[in-house]
Amino acid sequence: MTAPAIELKGISKAFGPVQANKDIAIRVMPGTIHGIIGENGAGKSTLMSILYGFYKADAGEIFINGKKTEIPDSQAAIKAGIGMVFQHFKLVQNFTVLENVILGAEDGRMLKPSLAKARGVLKHLAKEYELNVDPDARIEDLSVGHQQRVEILKALYREADILILDEPTGVLTPAEADHLFRILEGLRAQGKTIILITHKLREIMEITDTVSVMRRGEMTATVKTAETTPEQLAELMVGRKVLLRVDKTPATPGRAVLEIDNLSLTDDAGVARLKGISLTVHAGEILGIAGVSGNGQSELLKVLGGYAPAATGSIKVNGTPIDLTGKNSDGQSRRARGIAHVPEDRQHEGLILQYSAWENTVFGYHRDPGWQNGILMDNAAIRTEAAAKMERYDVRPPNPNLAARNFSGGNQQKIVLAREIERDPDVLLIGQPTRGVDIGAIEFIHQQIVALRDSGKAILLVSVELDEIFSLSDRIAVMFDGQIMGERMPDDTDQTELGLLMAGVTEMPKDKPLIAAVDAQLEAKAEKAAQQNG
Amino acid sequence: MDLDTLIQVLDSTIRLATPLLLACLAGLFSERAGIFDIGLEGKMLIAAFFSAAVAFSTGSVWIGVLAGIAASLAMSAIHGLASITFRGNQLISGVALNFLASGLTVLIAQSWFSQGGRTPSLPDGARFAEITLPFAESLRDVPIFGPIYADLISGHSALVYIGFAMVPLTWWVLFRTRFGLRLRAVGEAPEAVDTAGISVTGLRFAAVGICGVLCGLAGAYLATGLQAGFVREMTAGRGYIALAALIFAKWRPWYALGACLLFGFLQAIALRYQNIDLGAFVVPVQVMDALPYILTVVILAGFVGKAIPPRAGGEPYVKER
Repeated sequence: MTAPAIELKGISKAFGPVQANKDIAIRVMPGTIHGIIGENGAGKSTLMSILYGFYKADAGEIFINGKKTEIPDSQAAIKAGIGMVFQHFKLVQNFTVLENVILGAEDGRMLKPSLAKARGVLKHLAKEYELNVDPDARIEDLSVGHQQRVEILKALYREADILILDEPTGVLTPAEADHLFRILEGLRAQGKTIILITHKLREIMEITDTVSVMRRGEMTATVKTAETTPEQLAELMVGRKVLLRVDKTPATPGRAVLEIDNLSLTDDAGVARLKGISLTVHAGEILGIAGVSGNGQSELLKVLGGYAPAATGSIKVNGTPIDLTGKNSDGQSRRARGIAHVPEDRQHEGLILQYSAWENTVFGYHRDPGWQNGILMDNAAIRTEAAAKMERYDVRPPNPNLAARNFSGGNQQKIVLAREIERDPDVLLIGQPTRGVDIGAIEFIHQQIVALRDSGKAILLVSVELDEIFSLSDRIAVMFDGQIMGERMPDDTDQTELGLLMAGVTEMPKDKPLIAAVDAQLEAKAEKAAQQNG
Repeated sequence: MDLDTLIQVLDSTIRLATPLLLACLAGLFSERAGIFDIGLEGKMLIAAFFSAAVAFSTGSVWIGVLAGIAASLAMSAIHGLASITFRGNQLISGVALNFLASGLTVLIAQSWFSQGGRTPSLPDGARFAEITLPFAESLRDVPIFGPIYADLISGHSALVYIGFAMVPLTWWVLFRTRFGLRLRAVGEAPEAVDTAGISVTGLRFAAVGICGVLCGLAGAYLATGLQAGFVREMTAGRGYIALAALIFAKWRPWYALGACLLFGFLQAIALRYQNIDLGAFVVPVQVMDALPYILTVVILAGFVGKAIPPRAGGEPYVKER
């Protein structure tokens, strides 16, 4: 039997009183894709940082290809053939791809020979693994997906045999994620060993051979992917049964609350971001906006939330138009009109990270009479209320004095939700509600959104996760290139049709070879049309 | 303005631009590595004093220069310790060093030489002689080119030539060598350098060290080249003008040469003409003195292109997951 590519024995690591890794043991066989799954804070990243020499373990041994190896720093990890693709890329933005690839792996003191060699190697790698990137492009000009390829190229250029990817799809569009998986499969076929850290069950099921589950610093199980189910993995991760599907009753839409008519927006660079958007959201209804990120969804939310530049068209709330460009077009006025907003980028737009949780629970509503005490703010009242809100929204740890940055993604989102929902708005705008949020918290957040709908509010949901759109929405609108490509009811459509709409295809050309599913669907459509015409 | 006057003004421009250029390149190395250095002024000042004092005592200008460099390096070491090792605020550290240099130079000068915070005038061997380039005299009579070669290009002290040679050298180091690539990377994205297995601390100390050496040369030139001895506050804000030039130059060596020549030219004009009579109105000398700063503000406001500082500049590097 071959020796495992990586074997960890008894790895422990504590940060102060927090035991991040407890007696971890894991074996990763060569030429496989090994998934490590667990909630945020389960210790996955710590474990991989130890393997990459970023941290030193308090106890335990590391074996690479059966040989005991000390990894005191990243240099040693690279030498042992380990490459790491971090969640937040470690690239020099204004360097070219080539310069980034050779940084730290130069041959000799002069750059010229190194650059020439790297150019050749990159060409070879591009052919072998579908890793095409322009070697002379600057990183800042590349899409996120291409930047990630540069990170993979960096590892391969250093002749890594073991590649660790930390939450690689968090920043990718579905198409980019698919391409990444093809690359990973290619790498596996060449005998490389891949460790994939993620909290997305679907990715684990789709691509890994083996999966290890971590919970609270411990390795709770290692199983063959083929012999497990998403439900079982979720339970192992969270430690209790988790509902992967959202439990909700059919919607009973009431009157129109939010009416958007012919909304257009051109950005500072003169690019049209929104092109005549018309949408209506009714009371007691969740309208989901699907689309690949960057197709105008963010701009739509910003215009509605009151912090995008001037737009043309009209927006009505409860039948009365709201000010789009005048002095009542800011976020403050929007909130006064009953529009609450949970922004897509919670760390920059939803929270002030270095401020405490209790301060964050009133931003935007800090001028409410209830929070005033003469000319001062009634901080005691805000604090008390914040503690109660955190209790109700199950924010952990329930400490209102802790800075927002110290909460996990899911708990940060709960703080934002608590702030926006508790004000009893008529309309809730919510962008990427569960981006970077762990499974246990996703369940809770989804329940809150559905509960809000059931209390008769109009909800506009923007998400790039199709699963989320499907499980939450009562009606789905698909955005592409600043336009609404169509509206569908979740029961009358499927991922394939939405995927096509998201790519801007409303009718597929006949002469293109298509996958069977699309073919069948198109034929059915054509038949239907023929019947109607004939 | 005839050719002679023009050459005189340009000659003075070169002399005045030299300390700016050396300090500007010093700042360039430091800031390209992510360490902002507002302490160029203080380093120049302390180097000016020690170079003059040691040159006077030993009678050798080169030993003086070495002493100036050593003093400047000591300041660099403190700045590095505060801002790299202890992750302190780089601006505060720089300002503190400027105060330290300002007080220390006068204090020591008074205690050593008792001349009211200055060093005695340097005799000939203790200051830089002008170097006459080959054929300067024989070519003097060639029209146009002759005077330019003999009076403008020839006849400066060694540090002037070193200063100007530093420009292509800096460019070459930054953009053609492994060290330069890493240095630029550490000022843009230290985490990329760290994960590549290279020491962020080591690189930044190297950059701060180079900064110290160049500032030492700049200060030594002031006291032993441009003038003959140290007087209190003799840098007269040149460190800040060099910083302004650095921004003006968008942190690039060749642009830095242009910016320093421009600012040197403004100083030369101010020195020669005091108030400039333009017929309709008189431009007071203060306007010329302020012009480098005004130009820098204009640049920073984004009117003439965009000056983007190194991304990680001013931020201590803290390793994170």
